[in-house]
Amino acid sequence: MSPYTSWFWRFMKRSSNKNADMEKRPRSAKPRGRVNAYFTHHLWVLVSSLGVLWRTPMATLMTASVIGIALALPAGLHVLLQNVQQLSTGWEGTAQMSLFLKPGVSEKRIQTLAKKLRGWEGVAEVRYISREQALAEFRELSGFGGALDSLDENPLPAVLVLRPTTEAAEPAQMALLLGKVQKLQSVDLAQLDMEWVRRLSSIIELGKRGVMLLAGLLGMAILLMVGNTIRLTILSRSQEIIVTKLIGATNAFIRRPFLYTGLWYGLMGAILAWILVASLLGLLSAPVSRLSFLYNSQFSLGGLDLETVLVLLGSGLILGLLGSWLAVGKHLQAIEPT
Amino acid sequence: MIQFDNVNKRYPGGYEALSGVSFHLKAGEMAFLTGHSGAGKSSLLKLIACIERASRGNVLIDGQNLRRLKNRHIPALRRKIGVVFQNHNLLYDRTVYDNVALPLIIAGYHQSEVGRRVRAALDKVGLLGKERVMPITLSGGEQQRVGIARAVVNRPPLLLADEPTGNLDPELSREIMGLFEQFNQVGVSVLIATHDHDLISRLDHRLLTLKQGKLERDGWTSEMQERKRAFNNESD
Repeated sequence: MSPYTSWFWRFMKRSSNKNADMEKRPRSAKPRGRVNAYFTHHLWVLVSSLGVLWRTPMATLMTASVIGIALALPAGLHVLLQNVQQLSTGWEGTAQMSLFLKPGVSEKRIQTLAKKLRGWEGVAEVRYISREQALAEFRELSGFGGALDSLDENPLPAVLVLRPTTEAAEPAQMALLLGKVQKLQSVDLAQLDMEWVRRLSSIIELGKRGVMLLAGLLGMAILLMVGNTIRLTILSRSQEIIVTKLIGATNAFIRRPFLYTGLWYGLMGAILAWILVASLLGLLSAPVSRLSFLYNSQFSLGGLDLETVLVLLGSGLILGLLGSWLAVGKHLQAIEPT
Repeated sequence: MIQFDNVNKRYPGGYEALSGVSFHLKAGEMAFLTGHSGAGKSSLLKLIACIERASRGNVLIDGQNLRRLKNRHIPALRRKIGVVFQNHNLLYDRTVYDNVALPLIIAGYHQSEVGRRVRAALDKVGLLGKERVMPITLSGGEQQRVGIARAVVNRPPLLLADEPTGNLDPELSREIMGLFEQFNQVGVSVLIATHDHDLISRLDHRLLTLKQGKLERDGWTSEMQERKRAFNNESD
C-alpha cells in the first residue's frame, strides 16, 4: 500500500462522517485560501487561453490580423489628421495682417507708424509696401496693366504687412491685435489673411468626425467578428462544456476561458494595428521630410503618441471582451447536458 | 441520501419514462438499478443529477428538494454527486492529471491541495504512474478508472454510475465493482445502473428493478440469485 492510498482512505472516511450535515459544514472545512485560489485560477485561465491560441498560430494570426486592420484604419487616419493639424498650426504662424493706409498719409508718418508697430508685443515683422511698389506689383501680377494706364492717378493705397510672432499667432490673439490696429488713425482697413487656415481647420474637424464614425462602424465589425469566432469555438467545444457542467461547473467558470480568448484576440489585434500604423508612418516619413525640405519647412511626420497607443490598446481589449461576452451570453445557455 | 416520492417523468410528446417511482436510498447505502434498456434507468439518474426535472412527485437529494432548486444552485448540487459514465466522458485534449483535477479546480481548491488529492485518487484506481499521459492512449478499462478517480476526487457523499462496466470484459468489470464497494465501505452512498446480471448476482446489495417506467421490485441481489437457481432447477 503506497502512502497515498492510506492517506486517501483516511481522507474519505473523514469526509463520510460529515455526510449527514453536508449543508451545515463549518466554514473552516472549506478549502484553504479560496480567494487566493480564485486569483490563481484567473491567472491560469488567462495564460492557458493564450496557450490554446498559440497552438493554432495561423488561425489566431488571421483573426488577429482582421481585427488589426480594422483598428489600424481609423488609428492611421487619426495620426495623419493630427499631422495635418500640426502642419496647419505651423502655417498659422505665417499668417499675416494687412494694414491698408488712408490716402494722403505722408511717408514720414508711415515710417513712424511702422517703427511704433515693430515695438508692439506679438509683432515679429513689419514690411512697408509703398503705393508705387504696390502698383508695380499689381501691374506685374494681375495683367491689368493696360487698365491702370488709363487711370489718372495710382488708385492703390500704401500697405503695412504685419507678421505676428509664433506665440501671438493664435486666432484669439490675432483678433485682439486686429482690433488694436483698426483703431489707429492712419489705418483705413485692416485685414487678416487667415480665412483659409480657418477653413482648413474646419475641414480637419470634419475629417475627425469622419474618423470617429469610421471607427464606430469598424468597432461594430470587430464585435461581430470576435463574436462569431468565439461562437465557433464554443460549438467545437460543446462536449467539453457539457462534461464540465455535469461535474458541477458554474456558468461563470465555463464562460471564463472564452472571455479571456476574446480579450487576447482584441489585444493581439491592437498590437498588430500599432505595428501596422507605426511601419506605415515609417515608410512615409522619409518622403515627407524630403518634401518639406523642398518647401523650406522644418516639418516632419509625427508618430503615434502615447495617448493614441493607449486608446488603441484599450479599445482592442474592450472590443474583444465585449464581442466574446455577447457570443458567450447567447450560445452558452443553449448547451446543456441531456 | 436519495428519496423519490411518487415521481413521474413525462417527456414532451407524451412519452412517460417514469411513473409512480418511490424509493429511499439511505446515506452510506449501496444499490444496483437494473432493467431493460428503455425501462427508465437513465431518466432516473438524470433526475438525481438534475439534468432533467420530475414532471410530478418529489426528488430529494441529501434532504434537498430538487423541485425547489434554482438553476443557479444546480452546480452546487452536482459537486455533491460523483458521476461515472459508460462512455467515460473524459476530456481528450488534456492529461489524465488535468482530467481528474477538474472537479477540484471547479470547486476552487488550492493548487497544492489539488496535487495531493489527484495523486491519492489516481493511486486508489491504480493509475498513479499515468498522470502525464493523454487519456486517448489508455485502454477502455484504464479510461473508466480515470473517470472513477475524477468522480471521487472531490469526496462526494453520493456516487452515481451509469453502466460503468458496459464496455469492459468480466475480469475488469469485477475490479471496477470492487472499487465501488470499497468506496461504499468508507461511507459513500453508491447507486449503479447496470444490466450486467451475471456480475451483480455475485454481489450482495440492494437491487432496484425498473420495468416500463415502474419500480417492479425493490429487493436484494441475492433474491435474484435464488430466482435464477429456482428457474434452473425447474428446467432440469
